[in-house]
Amino acid sequence: MAQQTDIKYLTPIAVDIKQKKYCRFKKSGIKYIDYKDGEFLKRFVNEQGRILPRRLTGTSLKFQKKVAQAVKRARHLSLLPFVADNLKTNQ
Amino acid sequence: MLKQYETVFIMTPVLSDEQMKETVKKFENILLEKGAEIIHQENWGLRRFEYQIQKKSTGFYHLFEFKAEPHVVAEFELQFRRDEKIMRYLTVALDKHAIAYSEKRRNLRKAKEQNN
Repeated sequence: MAQQTDIKYLTPIAVDIKQKKYCRFKKSGIKYIDYKDGEFLKRFVNEQGRILPRRLTGTSLKFQKKVAQAVKRARHLSLLPFVADNLKTNQ
Repeated sequence: MLKQYETVFIMTPVLSDEQMKETVKKFENILLEKGAEIIHQENWGLRRFEYQIQKKSTGFYHLFEFKAEPHVVAEFELQFRRDEKIMRYLTVALDKHAIAYSEKRRNLRKAKEQNN
């Protein structure tokens, strides 16, 4: 009978300190997100070219909508791909 | 009431330089005839696409920033649809934050051009 104390967890319990997320646009005072600036928009898009969700980036709803619209416009002008496999690695 | 707009359009790479300039001139005249006031123009030249458009992977990008009556935009875009040299276009109305941003961007570019 396994000793009560030495219970082995398959994966270590992820007890990371909860870092307070903040909206980087409000902090840095950016008011307008430019759809023509592909490099800047790449930060809000993951490897596959999909828009990063708010829960990861912590942006406020108002600016997340602006980011989403800018990314979609950039995709229309093919400044950003709709789907990509390694968007950020091959520079 | 004149609203401020920004149009980016893409021309097929098949064109020679004169043809490209001629097309840009043609659209500029269309705008001026309709009483629009062109504030700024930018030519990004030949750029690689992120995905193929009409089986092509590069194109000439051009940007117009202008003030116009709202009804002018629809006619302007009709001309884009008619011209087969234009592969894609996007017209955006600019709000006050966007206008401030584009002004800042223009001065930045001018400053950069001056010192190099």
